Amino acid sequence: MATDFHLPELGENIAAGDVLRVLVKPGDALTKDQPVLELETDKATIEVPSSVSGQVKEVKVKAGEKVKVGQAILTVDEAGGASAKPSDAAPKPEVAKAAPAKAEAVAANSAAKVPSDEPGLEQHVEGTRRDAGADKPGTKSEKVVDITRGARAAAEPAAAPEMPAAPAAPSVRRLARELGVDINQVAGTGNGGRISDEDVKNHAKRLVTSAATGHAAAAEPLPDFSRWGEIERQPMRAVRRKTAEHLSAAWATIPHVTQGDLADITNLETVRKKFAKQAEAAGANLTVTAIAVKVIAAALKVFPQFNASIDMANGEIVLKKFVNIGVAVDTDRGLLVPVIRNADQKNIMQIATELAQLSEKARTRKIALEEMQGGTFSISNLGGIGGTHFTPIVNAPEVAILGISRARIEPVWQDGQFVPRTLLPLSLSYDHRVIDGADGIRFLRWVVQALEEPFVLALQG
Amino acid sequence: MISTQLVVVGGGPGGYAGAFLAADLGLHVVLVDPEPNPGGVCVYRGCIPSKALLHVAKVIDESRHAKGWGIEFAEPKIDLARLRDFKNNVVKRLTGGTGQLVKVRKIQYLQGWAEILDPHNLKVKLVNGGEETVQFEHAMLATGSQPAMPPMLKIDDPRVMDSTGALDLPDIPKSMLVVGGGYIGLELGSVYATLGSAVTVVEMTPGLLPGADRDLVDVLAKRVQTQMAGVLLETRVVKMTPAPNGIRVAFEGKNDPGEQIYDRVLVAVGRRPNSKIPGLERTQVQVDQRGFIMVDEQRRTHEPSIFAIGDVVGEPMLAHKASHEARVAVEVMAGENVAFAPHAIPAVVFTDPELAWAGLTEAQAQKDGRDVTIAKFPWAASGRAITLDRTDGLTKLVLDPDTERVLGVGLVGPGAGELIAEGVLAIEMGANATDLKLSIHPHPTLTETVMESAEVFFGEATHVYRPRKMKNEK
Repeated sequence: MATDFHLPELGENIAAGDVLRVLVKPGDALTKDQPVLELETDKATIEVPSSVSGQVKEVKVKAGEKVKVGQAILTVDEAGGASAKPSDAAPKPEVAKAAPAKAEAVAANSAAKVPSDEPGLEQHVEGTRRDAGADKPGTKSEKVVDITRGARAAAEPAAAPEMPAAPAAPSVRRLARELGVDINQVAGTGNGGRISDEDVKNHAKRLVTSAATGHAAAAEPLPDFSRWGEIERQPMRAVRRKTAEHLSAAWATIPHVTQGDLADITNLETVRKKFAKQAEAAGANLTVTAIAVKVIAAALKVFPQFNASIDMANGEIVLKKFVNIGVAVDTDRGLLVPVIRNADQKNIMQIATELAQLSEKARTRKIALEEMQGGTFSISNLGGIGGTHFTPIVNAPEVAILGISRARIEPVWQDGQFVPRTLLPLSLSYDHRVIDGADGIRFLRWVVQALEEPFVLALQG
Repeated sequence: MISTQLVVVGGGPGGYAGAFLAADLGLHVVLVDPEPNPGGVCVYRGCIPSKALLHVAKVIDESRHAKGWGIEFAEPKIDLARLRDFKNNVVKRLTGGTGQLVKVRKIQYLQGWAEILDPHNLKVKLVNGGEETVQFEHAMLATGSQPAMPPMLKIDDPRVMDSTGALDLPDIPKSMLVVGGGYIGLELGSVYATLGSAVTVVEMTPGLLPGADRDLVDVLAKRVQTQMAGVLLETRVVKMTPAPNGIRVAFEGKNDPGEQIYDRVLVAVGRRPNSKIPGLERTQVQVDQRGFIMVDEQRRTHEPSIFAIGDVVGEPMLAHKASHEARVAVEVMAGENVAFAPHAIPAVVFTDPELAWAGLTEAQAQKDGRDVTIAKFPWAASGRAITLDRTDGLTKLVLDPDTERVLGVGLVGPGAGELIAEGVLAIEMGANATDLKLSIHPHPTLTETVMESAEVFFGEATHVYRPRKMKNEK
């Protein structure tokens, strides 16, 4: 029996993705859990495993296409008894009856178009859905055959994009409308997702608070650039789009402050270089970033308000009892932020090893979405490329981010003379709703000191 | 010259419901209709008179049915004049009532025909002569629909009738052809059949009542087969010519009976919207290809001051849809942010047995490729149906297999039209099968079939044994 394989749920908040590669072709033998698609979602590239086995009859998507969760991807011929589940037995008689009924409906549709172009004539029964002429009977008739109740019909749901009506009573729907809430966006807390008036009010409250904390101004209309020369338009890739949305939201909601400082890492560099070889032998790359992760993890223990999120809707600050540090990685797909979990419980060598692995995964698109979630603080090191200071944007819902620029040897006035020292420019951006300037500079000074006197780490971290 | 906040053009169940609500909300309202009182097609020559006649037919049918219980009546003597009076009195009583309600609400009623002059003015040609100009803030077009008469079937002979003509009960013809197996044809056809006419129904598609689920229609079709002289499916009328002894009809199609002569022909092939409103072109109101006035979800036309509701804006052409739309439109005019967004509009066919459905049909679910679970309760297992000696009914639920939510309800059997209201409420409230199962229904009534269908879904109906559904089966 032919079944369709539909794009399954891929994770929280993932509704769609761009097909990077199709890994099977018609005629292929397919086993359960075999990857069939490489899909680029908002942040991660995911290999989609098949939930069915059999022979691939038809591939319904192409590389470059956007697919939605639930959309049919493949038609698979499930060889033999695979589909004979006990559930199929009970409703059989009804299926047999349903098929001719369906055939009649199809015929009715085709016949309905014949008689006249006068309005109203096609419709013999008022009170039925208006569908005459809307379907192509030719394509439908194939579907008649393999419709089984309880199994998803061969029709691709994408062809019927109509959302099932939200499970909410008329009074609740009316309330939603009055409050300017799209009822389809409200998560119902009742049985089967039923939406109560409380659900609608809570949703509205959330909308109002997020709106009150500032919202992005609508983009101004673009001029016609071609007046001044040739242009090319490229579609935004998923990562770019997500970055754009996420950072606009962060920029719009968070009152940012950025403070700069310089850390004298002359001594640290000596030690780092001394141990670099040893680390390399162990498979780790002892970078400034890896050390910074450790320093920040320690700093967050001392300054817990930097390891927090803000919940405006409930007027609360969420303090996290775990330390997960995100590190921005530049990839050819755009900016990705893999997360080092429980960085406070790992030593620098472990962090360095893990960081190298995660960065590699990010660059080769192997990284899983979960590996980029749950961060409590982010670090962005642009020093490898250059620059002095910059203003990193806080990776909401975190409340602070450390930017690192390129270290330089500069003359420093010490003990009555200029001495060459290696200075590392640091830029700390934070959410002023949670963190005040004095705390900000205290935090940054602590980080600077830890980098200058690694003993601080051992002492306090 | 009258200046008003709202003028309603058309006094049908949509128009008057809107006008009444507007008046209740404190608006100054003018209602325009050619009839002496509000009511429209529904009350004057549609729902109401046909139901009066169907009730009569039902009494006759039941009296015949009683023979099986040992109660035998003589064949009825039909006094057509008195029957007509009864029907007319029903209409008179109802329209008299709406007329009263117009007066007590202080609505200005203009009996006449409207012509739109511009987006804020219209002219009414009064039935009793003269004209009246109405300047309005808002207008609501509620002009309804009329029976469609394809040119091919349009011959100038009083023996060829539309639904309006058939409701006038000119006589009880010996033989009658009903063109169209939709609800109007079946309802009126069954009235004439019970009164004694040999009625033949001809329908172009392969089934009666296209659009309704086949399992429901099958129940009705069985009875129609015995009641009518013939049912010609997949057949159409190609020619009608008047002859001295009747209307000569030629057919083509699968069940072409050859040329036949009928005393009367009822053409019931659908209805068309009355969107050719004089002066409409002086506004920005737009009409779609099928002749429906285009409106948004608030029932606003492309002309900001003009709303439209009811049959003239689209299917389903049903009175209860129109009145609901009208109330929404009036609330919008009154500044409320509301919309016409029903989850279910019930459809009822008042034949015997009645057939009713609301929300998603099984056929539609299949067409959409939507995964649904069907739970059916045959009335043969209903105590109430057995006491009525009418066990041919069926109650069915269309459910979402994951959430158990009630997406659609279908019913066939005596009283289905009343029973469907519970289905509508269930769908609108987002009720699930458990909710229906746990609501105590009175015994012994046909409403129990709704509760027991929900029990069937769980494989635990009291009066139906079905192997229990395993929880892990999907």
